[in-house]
Amino acid sequence: MDTNQYLEIFIDESKEHLQAMSEHLLELEKDPENIAIVNEIFRSAHTLKGMSATMGYEDLANLTHKLENVLDAIRNHQISVSLQIMDTVFSSVDDLEAMVEDIAAGGDGKRDVSAIVEKLLIIEQGEAAAAVEAPAAPTAYQPAAALSYDEFEWTVINQSKEQGFTCLEIAVSLRPDCVLKAARVFMVFEVLEKCGEVIKSSPSSEQLEEEKFDETFTVTLITKEPAGDIKEKIKKVSEVERVQVTEITSVTEPEMKPASPLPAAPQPKRDSAAQETAKKQPAETEKGEAKSSKQAASNKTIRVNIERLDILMNLFEELVIDRGRLESISAELNHTELNETVERMSRISGDLQNIILNMRMVPVETVFNRFPKLVRQLSRDLGKQINLEIIGAETELDRTVIDEIGDPLVHLIRNAGDHGIEMPEVRLSKGKPAEGTIKLKAYHSGNHVFIEIEDDGAGINKDRVLQKALDKGIVTEEQALGMTDRQIFELIMASGFSTAEVISDLSGRGVGLDVVKTTIESLGGSITIDSQEGAGSIFSIQLPLTLSIISVMLVEVEKEKYAIPLSSIIETAIVKKEDIMNAHNQQVIDFRGKVVPLLFLEDIFSVPHEEDDDHFYSVILVRKGEKMAGLVVDSFIGQQEVVLKSLGNYLSNVFAISGATILGDGQVALIVDCNALIK
Amino acid sequence: MSEILASETVKVIAFQLVDKEYALPVHQVYSIEKLMHITRVPGTVPFVKGVINLRGVVTPIIDLRSRFGLSDKQYDESTRIIIASFGDIEVGLVVDGANDVLDIPVDAIEPQPEVVGSLGDEYITGVAKLEKRLLIMLSLQKIFN
Repeated sequence: MDTNQYLEIFIDESKEHLQAMSEHLLELEKDPENIAIVNEIFRSAHTLKGMSATMGYEDLANLTHKLENVLDAIRNHQISVSLQIMDTVFSSVDDLEAMVEDIAAGGDGKRDVSAIVEKLLIIEQGEAAAAVEAPAAPTAYQPAAALSYDEFEWTVINQSKEQGFTCLEIAVSLRPDCVLKAARVFMVFEVLEKCGEVIKSSPSSEQLEEEKFDETFTVTLITKEPAGDIKEKIKKVSEVERVQVTEITSVTEPEMKPASPLPAAPQPKRDSAAQETAKKQPAETEKGEAKSSKQAASNKTIRVNIERLDILMNLFEELVIDRGRLESISAELNHTELNETVERMSRISGDLQNIILNMRMVPVETVFNRFPKLVRQLSRDLGKQINLEIIGAETELDRTVIDEIGDPLVHLIRNAGDHGIEMPEVRLSKGKPAEGTIKLKAYHSGNHVFIEIEDDGAGINKDRVLQKALDKGIVTEEQALGMTDRQIFELIMASGFSTAEVISDLSGRGVGLDVVKTTIESLGGSITIDSQEGAGSIFSIQLPLTLSIISVMLVEVEKEKYAIPLSSIIETAIVKKEDIMNAHNQQVIDFRGKVVPLLFLEDIFSVPHEEDDDHFYSVILVRKGEKMAGLVVDSFIGQQEVVLKSLGNYLSNVFAISGATILGDGQVALIVDCNALIK
Repeated sequence: MSEILASETVKVIAFQLVDKEYALPVHQVYSIEKLMHITRVPGTVPFVKGVINLRGVVTPIIDLRSRFGLSDKQYDESTRIIIASFGDIEVGLVVDGANDVLDIPVDAIEPQPEVVGSLGDEYITGVAKLEKRLLIMLSLQKIFN
């Protein structure tokens, strides 16, 4: 069989399954008794095994098979979860990941797995001598008895109860002589979906559609309507013989019977992203669940190669340039109909821009999801107890940004674990819980995304940092005197700085944090540090939502045009010449009670100068953090969306210019980097 | 006879700068453009004239006259921008005029003689003699550095 055409799908899905396995394994470690989680892992392993065997990756299939045996034994209570087992299972997942990576990189996915297979065998045989190889997840449906629910479904049920819904289990029996059973089922579902949301059915919806059931099926419905009404409504469907409605009252999750695992096949596949968002929005979950259980085959998402999206984005960028051009032409001509058309086009392309940018948005989860494992490894290596808390994993960011922030974040987390969190004894002696917490938090604010890495560890010792910076000649004594706490903390990100007394292989080589800082700044973001000694530190990263299209204010300086990113502009002002004051050779203005230095773009950019007798200055107030400055320009042109372009490899590092853009008239305008102007 | 047999040739783009002809291998040249609006980039070396919009790509421009320390000249109708690339760097070179695409026999290229003119030898890879013409072969790598 030619499997090449399936290779991409195989790689994508394998990665998803492996990710799901890692996540569930971590859950299992916290909650070793929960067999539902083992079932989830088993399901992923089983699918992976099938896929890799079909694709002809023997080693992959072999290892997954052994893993599956161990999981099966756990599931059947033949062996119990122990740290040693978890370690082995984790490292086999690591091996699997390495193999899939190899396949993705064009390799043959071969890897020497004999050692790990051996270990898995020992676990399986040693602790489960009596283990009888259990058959893989049964494919036959379960009889329509009282339904069992997995953890996820219980969450939905409990949450809907909290919101005042009732949860009903409805057993419907059709008449034995019913001919079109599927049609009746469909009608019953239609009635039910008018009343509420169907979250589960047994047999599964596919089996129902294929008439693979006798006469009775059971449906779980979340609704606000009274049970009696629903019963009556269902009875109106012809050929329905009997309807039995029972309310699900139990709020606690019952222990699932290990002997009756849920059928693996009918579980509708959802991608992990959807799952994550679903958890956050229970209302939508029910809807999604109902839909997917009704027609699992027609998933509402498609996979698109990211390259195509990039091409689409590039094409759209060209369009934005032409849009700017059209706008300037129509403004010149001042033709009513043309103006209207251009306005309309601008609006539509604005919408289009939103959609395209949204399509490229990826939840930060794709970066975050590898951290739990990292932290687990970290805590084991360091002998510390570290708990990772992730908040806001559903926050979305442009893919270009996502691709870049992974490494800086890994570094910051390692840093927090290595330098921040103390050893358990130290923590206890300080009156803190032995387990340290690293909080990873992402959220949107305005046109930015913030990512915070917070630890409740030792914090930063200000004096030590300062002393070290002085020793290394990073700052002078005079500079040190006037520094705020924040500025001192930021010294640890200066190059050639490391406070760790013992250099570990994790972090502390003093090259890391400055690389983190430069990476983030190259993305147009910034990083700040807040810390309290003894209580912990917060590294806060601010990132732009997208890197490709930004809003700017176009200004004119003599005959040259410059673009200033709106994100750094506070406001614009016209200042009288007389209002300008001099302070230490620096021209300043009084702006709302604050003394703000003036920077003449003309001088900074040494623009060819003509005599001018202006009595008024056009000033753009920009800020960097808490500092402000006024940029003096000749005139404001207006606000515009522009496509950010780089100046190319030859002109890297031009002072105070962060890039260029192409204006409507086809000319290049330079984008001013306000961060570089304010010291 | 032997000349024809040894006719391994290189294709070059020949262009004019002050009173001399220079050449770049054709595989390093991406296109030849007429003069267009150049946006000045502040804070760069003087021979970098700025950037242009080359069909949506922002491309830096080097004035070869000032790069080689030759006298300045007002740009005119015959001024051309040669878009050339070396490695991952792509720039436009402002020249007085682009004349020809030529095939030069490899053995017509000689190492640079002692004195060629005002141009320092650091940019030159060799000199090609073609009947009455003298072509100075340039090294992009050295121009970029």
